Amino acid sequence: MKYLCLVYLEEQKLHAVPDSECMACGTGFRNSGVLIAAEALQSVDTATTVRIRNGRVSVTDGPFAETKEQLAGFYLIEARDLNEAIQAASKIPPAREGSIEVRPVRELTP
Amino acid sequence: MAASDAVRETVNAVYLSDSRRVLATLIRLLGDFDRAEEAMHDAFRAALEQWPREGVPGNPRAWLVSAGRFKAIDALRRSKRFDALDEASDQAELAVTDEAAWADPESVEDDRLRLIFTCCHPALAPDAQVALTLREVCGLTTEEIAQAFLTRAPSLAQRIVRAKAKIRDARIPYQVPTPDQLPDRLDAVLRVIYLVFNEGYTASSGTTVTRHDLSSEAIRLGRLVVELLQESPLRSGSRQAMDAWRGAWSEARGLLALMLLQESRRAARTSSAGDVILLEHQDRALWDRSQIAEGTRLVEEVLSSGVFGAYTVQAAIAAVHAGAPNAAATDWAEIVGLYDVLARADPSPVIALNRAVAVAMRDGPEAGLALIDAILAGGDLLDYRLAHAARGELCRRLGRTADARESFERALALTRQEPERRLLERRLAEVT
Repeated sequence: MKYLCLVYLEEQKLHAVPDSECMACGTGFRNSGVLIAAEALQSVDTATTVRIRNGRVSVTDGPFAETKEQLAGFYLIEARDLNEAIQAASKIPPAREGSIEVRPVRELTP
Repeated sequence: MAASDAVRETVNAVYLSDSRRVLATLIRLLGDFDRAEEAMHDAFRAALEQWPREGVPGNPRAWLVSAGRFKAIDALRRSKRFDALDEASDQAELAVTDEAAWADPESVEDDRLRLIFTCCHPALAPDAQVALTLREVCGLTTEEIAQAFLTRAPSLAQRIVRAKAKIRDARIPYQVPTPDQLPDRLDAVLRVIYLVFNEGYTASSGTTVTRHDLSSEAIRLGRLVVELLQESPLRSGSRQAMDAWRGAWSEARGLLALMLLQESRRAARTSSAGDVILLEHQDRALWDRSQIAEGTRLVEEVLSSGVFGAYTVQAAIAAVHAGAPNAAATDWAEIVGLYDVLARADPSPVIALNRAVAVAMRDGPEAGLALIDAILAGGDLLDYRLAHAARGELCRRLGRTADARESFERALALTRQEPERRLLERRLAEVT
């Protein structure tokens, strides 16, 4: 099963964890075969939210919701179950500064 | 007719003693809570039909698990006719027909532990953990749980449905935690049990008498966890597994002891009019001696093993009270010492408050009052009714009636429980 691990951090803590540490985490995940994809994100100021309302595209500035913490990056991982996914998420360095949201990926049914 | 009545009684007895074990095994084998519940009920229905004809099987539990399995296969085949390509039911059919898994007795032994740890998984909301544990592990109905927690049955049912959906969709595994996760995961289980116990403890002094007896349910659960851990294969695993197991087994017994010792005072805790009777005024002849004996023996065992946590120390404090023939003979020095141990392990203002009360009993009200005033000055317990009630009581003993009155009034403003309100009003009247 695939799990998306979303990294949330407060704005002023976005750089509290050195990039090198996050890259090492990604390399570790890749070497153990857990990692599918991982990226860091630009700050939430650059976010745009897209919705379709009444058949028309609505584009608004900003993230979907204002919260103290913002989405700072993600890891898409492969895990057998939630316990394994939580174990991997707890190794993501910013877990100690912010929070990691673990979301099971829903396979689309054609 | 008489024969079939007897069989019906046997089926009922097996339902009471074994339905949770059957369910726990069926969940593992079918990989789904709802499917397992349906299969279990089908299996008991089949028993009612077949046992009068064919006789009660030698191993009723194995018979029921096997009957549940065939009922689940039937149900899957029926549903497959309607939705041809369903990956989930393919997987379920695979699980259903996995002969090795069904025949493995060692797995069966751990199934109830799996069920408890899954229901108390930290990825579920705390109130959902409680509801799911009472529903699946204890077998309470949704209505009984709703009544016990004074919530509406539909919203409680919704909570359980959501929890089961999360177990399925986020794939929370049906497992006993690994040794490195065991301490944290057991904490969650014990927290759920203690929450259930405390709900019953306060409920028993509330105005309603119809609430399901949650305290004895919690004690049953605590006993079950102790028994299951005792038999768990973790006990004889690697060194790390054995250490984790020893800590878990100790704390589970510590919590059981704590609950037994608190429960032993149930009959003495309230008057016939439903008023709260404080420890020092309780009729100790009403205390349940067998619960005290069992609780005390558990505390002594755990303490002498050298591996213990906060529940055990709390139980040890309760045991000191239980061992005193009257309030005046209480060994307050011992109790202060135990609060010191507790405060080191878990430095919280509520523990500091309890310690201050014990110091007041050992060294006099003045010493206790100074400690309580320091805690209140810290600001943490300003809205905690028991802090003001304790302060009022010490002021009253010192003859400072105006201060006592002020504290009792603040406590009264913060309390929401009827019997507690009456107790504080009586106290207030004494200093007015």
